[in-house]
Amino acid sequence: MLDIALWISIALFAASLMLNVFRLAIGPDLPDRILAVDTMYVNSIALIVLFGIQLNSKAYFEAALLIAMLGFVSTVAVCKYLLRGDIIE
Amino acid sequence: MTLLLIVLLPLLGALVPLMARNLPRGRLAWLTAVAPAIALGIAVFHLGDVFAGQTPQFHLPWISELGLDLALRFDGLSALFVLLILGIGLLIILYSRYYLSGEDSLARLYSFLMLFMTAMIGIVMADNLLLMWVFWELTSLTSFLLIGYWYQLSEARKGARMALTVTGAGGLALLAGILVIGHIVGSYQFDDVLAAADQIRSSELYPVVLVLVLLGAFTKSAQFPFQFWLPHAMSAPTPVSAFLHSATMVKAGVFLLARMHPILSGTDLWFYIVSFTGLATLLYGAWFALMKQDLKGVLAFSTISHLGLITLLFGFNSQMAAVAGLLHIINHATFKASLFMAAGIVDHECGTRDIRKLNGLYRYMPHTTILAMVASASMAGVPLLNGFLSKEMFFAESLDAQLLGGLSWLIPALATLGGILSVAYSLRFIHDVFFNGEPKDLPKTPHEPPRYMKLPIEILVLICLLVGILPSLVIKDLLVSASASVLAGPVPEFSLAIWHGFNVPLMMSGIALAGGVGVYALRHHLYSFQRQFRARNALLVFEANIQRLVNLAERSMDSFENGSLQRYMLWLLLTALLFVGIGLLAVPQLSGEFEQQPFDAMLLTGAVITGLAGLGTAITHRKRIVSLLMLSVVGLMTSLAFARFAAPDLALTQLAVEVVTMILLMLALFFLPQRTPKESSARRIMRDVLLASAFGVVIASLNFAILTRPVESISDFFMANAVSGGGGHNVVNVILVDFRGFDTLGEITVLGIAGLAIFKLLNRLRLFMPSSDLDGRSWSPDRHPMILATVSQTLLPLALLVSVYIFLRGHNEPGGGFIAGLVTAVAIILLYIARGVDWTQRWLRFPYQPVAAAGVLIAGLTGAGSWMFGYPFLTSSFGHFTIPVIGEIELATALLFDLGVYLTVVGATLMILANLGKLTTPHRPTKEKS
Repeated sequence: MLDIALWISIALFAASLMLNVFRLAIGPDLPDRILAVDTMYVNSIALIVLFGIQLNSKAYFEAALLIAMLGFVSTVAVCKYLLRGDIIE
Repeated sequence: MTLLLIVLLPLLGALVPLMARNLPRGRLAWLTAVAPAIALGIAVFHLGDVFAGQTPQFHLPWISELGLDLALRFDGLSALFVLLILGIGLLIILYSRYYLSGEDSLARLYSFLMLFMTAMIGIVMADNLLLMWVFWELTSLTSFLLIGYWYQLSEARKGARMALTVTGAGGLALLAGILVIGHIVGSYQFDDVLAAADQIRSSELYPVVLVLVLLGAFTKSAQFPFQFWLPHAMSAPTPVSAFLHSATMVKAGVFLLARMHPILSGTDLWFYIVSFTGLATLLYGAWFALMKQDLKGVLAFSTISHLGLITLLFGFNSQMAAVAGLLHIINHATFKASLFMAAGIVDHECGTRDIRKLNGLYRYMPHTTILAMVASASMAGVPLLNGFLSKEMFFAESLDAQLLGGLSWLIPALATLGGILSVAYSLRFIHDVFFNGEPKDLPKTPHEPPRYMKLPIEILVLICLLVGILPSLVIKDLLVSASASVLAGPVPEFSLAIWHGFNVPLMMSGIALAGGVGVYALRHHLYSFQRQFRARNALLVFEANIQRLVNLAERSMDSFENGSLQRYMLWLLLTALLFVGIGLLAVPQLSGEFEQQPFDAMLLTGAVITGLAGLGTAITHRKRIVSLLMLSVVGLMTSLAFARFAAPDLALTQLAVEVVTMILLMLALFFLPQRTPKESSARRIMRDVLLASAFGVVIASLNFAILTRPVESISDFFMANAVSGGGGHNVVNVILVDFRGFDTLGEITVLGIAGLAIFKLLNRLRLFMPSSDLDGRSWSPDRHPMILATVSQTLLPLALLVSVYIFLRGHNEPGGGFIAGLVTAVAIILLYIARGVDWTQRWLRFPYQPVAAAGVLIAGLTGAGSWMFGYPFLTSSFGHFTIPVIGEIELATALLFDLGVYLTVVGATLMILANLGKLTTPHRPTKEKS
């Protein structure tokens, strides 16, 4: 039962990743692209946690944690770049 | 121990003139002379033991694994040379004080002289062949400094360079020879090598050893055809020439012959190579000594000639010849040093060394004339002087050389010819310079030099006379003990009398004297004969060859290394492609015997996304920020792949590095033009696309081929030993901090240095700051949005907690110092982004350089700590401890090492990112602050 649910969720997240890539490719503006990448981070977290459940391992948890934290930082950095050009001032 | 002092005192003495350089010259000279004088005293003190047949030795292990020990010996041969080096060295110190003009730094000359003296003493006292070679190279280096003392003169620089090149090349040959000897014998200790002399001579490598060692000796002592550097070394100050070309430098070559005599001599090969080289040098030098118009040039070529004579004697393979060679080493040193110093006086007082201008100086400097006459007569081999003794022995030995069969009579005949020429140039040195009319337009009016400038010559001339008149009293003991060490056995009975009755050698001496006078009388015919040859300046030839070599090297460098990264990548990829491609063609089947993993839609999705993002990065590369976003997707997908295939450590590292790279690139992007012009031609793009595709195909195939085959690798060892050997369950981390800890130490050192270098490069850098973005919109006025600042501040403690967690559990589960360091650095950078430099500086008041340095230091000290317990560098230890409440925990010294890694990563990353960020603020790195 869990297996099927896992497979369905993984397939859905993979599909959303593909859609993110599509948005990243067509844009049209930079904010669209940044949002696309940020959403990719979120979807990746979900995927990694799903992997962890599937393989019954705790080792994936840290990776998800780091993506959540570091993904945030890089999105912030890009946004700051968009706003001010100079990210540290 | 006192033996070590003989070497060490001159070395320490090299510092004396530097420290006393502001004192008056007289006092400077005296102070400098103290150290070598004490060393000479110690050497004389040991003479009694040496004459009694003992060999004082000193042994201190140094790099024993390589066979290199600080081993010194003081046998007869060493004693002979040490007395010459230190004795004449002291006289040179006195002489230089008067010779050198006020503008030249006497302290510098003294310092170089003392260094050179140390190196020479090291050669003659070394009891270990490798140690001898080290000192041998030091003489090449220090003589380079001495010859190039007047570095403002092009001649001096070139002469010094030539001497260094030739003797340095010979030194390399000698090193090779010594290494082969070590290969045969298994030791570099002189006694061991001596004991294995027969083994070396019968070895099939003997010719190799002989040629290599002789190359070293011949280049050093300017034997034909390597003689060309010596005349150009005359551009050194005369005291230096007097020292280098009488008792030291060139004598190092004949010393090597003497040292190696008991080991390598006695074969026909030795006889042919050594004696023919010596004979050729003897005649070549003598002929050109007669032809030269430069006073020092005459002496230079006569030095070459006499060195040839000594070499010839050592080549004769007879015991008496070796004794004669040693005697001539002493005699040549005394008369040649005094002649050089006399020539220096003439040069000093007249302002020229051209023999055509110098005439009739007897009237102006009678005292100097007499001294020069005696020394010169000794060089010519006039009876009652020391030169006569060795020349007689030389003639006698030349008669005994029988190896040329029916043509053996040629050797004494050519020896007599050498004697004739020697008499002729000695006569010329005296008659042309001090008599023979009046001086012609000299720059100065000559007069006698200061009293003490002549003292060294007087002492040496006195020795010439004493040895010449009372040889057995003055020199016999020294000569016998030196011969004993050269012959490594009983010394044949010989008498050092002046009068041996009427015999053939005496007749040869007579012929030489009479013939020399005759040749000198006919010299003008010889000069006009010589003028028919085009004079070749060895310096120009040598320089031209060197230039050609340099140009060739530069041209070939330029064709490869033109500074274009694309070009380098092209070569690199093409080479890799070629080798991997060839390897793959040889594989019969791409897939191996492993069963392949099931392929699902998820993997396909990941692969497609990664591929698309990679392509996107390349396609959008002219819009940098978009390209960067694409690149971050590649990074994200890579870490997802790492996670999917059970490499959580790699996934974590990849994620952290990815973010830091993004921030770094964006910091740099701000200063770069927003749009890149189209630069590549269509043809070039085509080429690059083809190359990249080919490379991708080949690497993918290679990976597939390797992953589907069982491969024996060292990872099994690490897997098996991580817990038992390193005390950690996380193999990756145990490899990093324990098994390959030394690599990690090197890497964090490099990281720290890179951080410092970037800090230094950014120092006072001012860059253009764009005032609007890509589309011309001006920047947002809100510098630090409130929401961002609040969220970031909340995130900081969480991030620090995560990094501590990752750090602590790193040894057993995914994590470690590197990732933890990056996480901390990113968290702090987030503060910089959200709150600005001003605010962050106020709260984080520590500079990052010391943090990085402390990290490297902690890691290094942790490694060194294992020395205290008698273990090799970086041995880690671990243990399980039970702490109340917390329970059992495991502590390893590797954790301390990891702390070093952590601190270095934090320090270096912040040093790079924060300083790059500060460029636009008043906090930018400046010299005043650092």
